[in-house]
Amino acid sequence: MNDAAEVAVVSGSDAQPIVQLERIWKSFGRLEVLTDVSLSVQKGEVVCIIGPSGAGKSTMLRCINHLENIDDGTIHFEGKPVYRYKQNGRVVVDPDSRIEAIRAQIGMVFQSFNLFPHLTVLGNVIEAPVHVLREPIAKARERAMVVLGKVGLVEKAQAYPHQLSGGQQQRVAIARALAMNPKVMLFDEATSALDPELVGEVLRVMRQLAREGMTMVVVTHEMDFARDVADRVVFMADGAIVEQGPPEVLFTAPRSPRTRQFLHSILNRNGGPEEPSPVP
Amino acid sequence: MFSLDDMIQFLPSLLHGALLTIAVSLLAFALAMVCGLLTGIARISRLWPLRAVSAVYIQFIRGTPLLLQLFFIYYVLPYGGIVLSPFVSGVLGLALNYTAYMAEVFRSGIQAIPKGQWEAGASVGMSRRLMLRRIILPQAVRIIVPSIGNFFVSIFKDSALVSVITMRDLMFSGQLLASATYKHFEIFAMVAAIYFLISYPTAKFVEWIEARIDVTRRPVVIGMRG
Ligand SMILES: Nc1ncnc2c1ncn2[C@@H]1O[C@H](COP(=O)(O)OP(=O)(O)OP(=O)(O)O)[C@@H](O)[C@H]1O
Ligand SMILES: [Mg+2]
Repeated sequence: MNDAAEVAVVSGSDAQPIVQLERIWKSFGRLEVLTDVSLSVQKGEVVCIIGPSGAGKSTMLRCINHLENIDDGTIHFEGKPVYRYKQNGRVVVDPDSRIEAIRAQIGMVFQSFNLFPHLTVLGNVIEAPVHVLREPIAKARERAMVVLGKVGLVEKAQAYPHQLSGGQQQRVAIARALAMNPKVMLFDEATSALDPELVGEVLRVMRQLAREGMTMVVVTHEMDFARDVADRVVFMADGAIVEQGPPEVLFTAPRSPRTRQFLHSILNRNGGPEEPSPVP
Repeated sequence: MFSLDDMIQFLPSLLHGALLTIAVSLLAFALAMVCGLLTGIARISRLWPLRAVSAVYIQFIRGTPLLLQLFFIYYVLPYGGIVLSPFVSGVLGLALNYTAYMAEVFRSGIQAIPKGQWEAGASVGMSRRLMLRRIILPQAVRIIVPSIGNFFVSIFKDSALVSVITMRDLMFSGQLLASATYKHFEIFAMVAAIYFLISYPTAKFVEWIEARIDVTRRPVVIGMRG
């Protein structure tokens, strides 16, 4: 269930969204994971997605850069339908080259970092600029040092991923995505795999990015981060968007009992596992 | 038993055979590396006909004896108008056979790389081909090298089978000499020594490569700690 009116109120601008999901359906086998999900993300907006485990948050995020195929609906990037969509009643499948070109403009940060272990930090960061964007190596290096500066890891440029802490690895992963000059950044529980004392350094980098105006879609269990940084918080459960709104509204006066229950369970368990008991 | 005269008499012909053995083995191995890589990639292609053809090929080759495959190439193909010399037949037969085994090694090496590596590559806009070349294969090499090394050592010995299609390799030269002189012991002892002198350094060479790959930039289990 999606409340279209609410989207309009929240993101009041009439500018075209960068990313728009329109009535997305997705299942894995017989398991319906996304059921008629619609979401749009404006330029410069920070959207945080929260919800219980298995709600479909990761799946929705992964649909945005076509790491998952959708079954129905349309994904728009900068106003144009992409990947696989219906046009004049016919299904159009984008060629790989177009899919790759769009992905190149969408940064993604994974829970498990997924750095390239055989490349140095610098190698990780310049890999795509050099081989996808075909930038000259000197220029790519220069830019790599700028983004490594942003994440505070200039001095680790020559290190290999296995020589870094988890927090450092995740910051390299952010730098790798930033090196492509993405129009939007997707974060899938970027801090969930980290030891507690390393979470802060990654969140700091993400906050800084948000402050600089980066468009971000952030799946997170860090409620403080969502409260402080998000322009809009989206609560998902059971494959649907239950409720969304500015953090001050969603966190303090949630309208749906499902949302209330979820927030309640999180606050009570003090950051423990966020699986709420079934709705009465 | 062993007389120096005999040895000097047999050596040139055996050494000539040994050269052919080495040539057949190296050529077949090089071919099998390339074809094995391509077949291994075909096995995991997104196009099902490629997957099907490569799977059938691999199963078929692995399910029939190399000896029979050599016979087919040398004795059966001529009925179809394709006449190949013993040397070419030998290289081709060995290569086609090793291709199937190496394809499986390449495939499993590629599949051993975590899915997250593909996803990370895809998320920065890399094509599948670019990811294979720049991200997946360089990591898979560490997994693949030991098996490929075993094949490299064994191909010199397996190549003895090409003697059955009258190629004058080390084995066949030995057989010819033995049946002409009846000095089976001397000749086959020399043949064995020469095979060993070929495979031992090969095995050492493979060990050396493995050791080098081990120490430099050890791959890392995808995980947290450094
Ligand atoms: N590749 C897959 N194959 C089959 N089922 C999948 C696959 N990926 C996800 N699922 C299932 O889809 C449902 C939604 O998964 P998803 O990862 O999107 O949830 P999530 O909201 O991100 O949860 P979490 O907070 O645990 O990360 C889950 O039930 C999950 O088991
Ligand atoms: Mg998830």
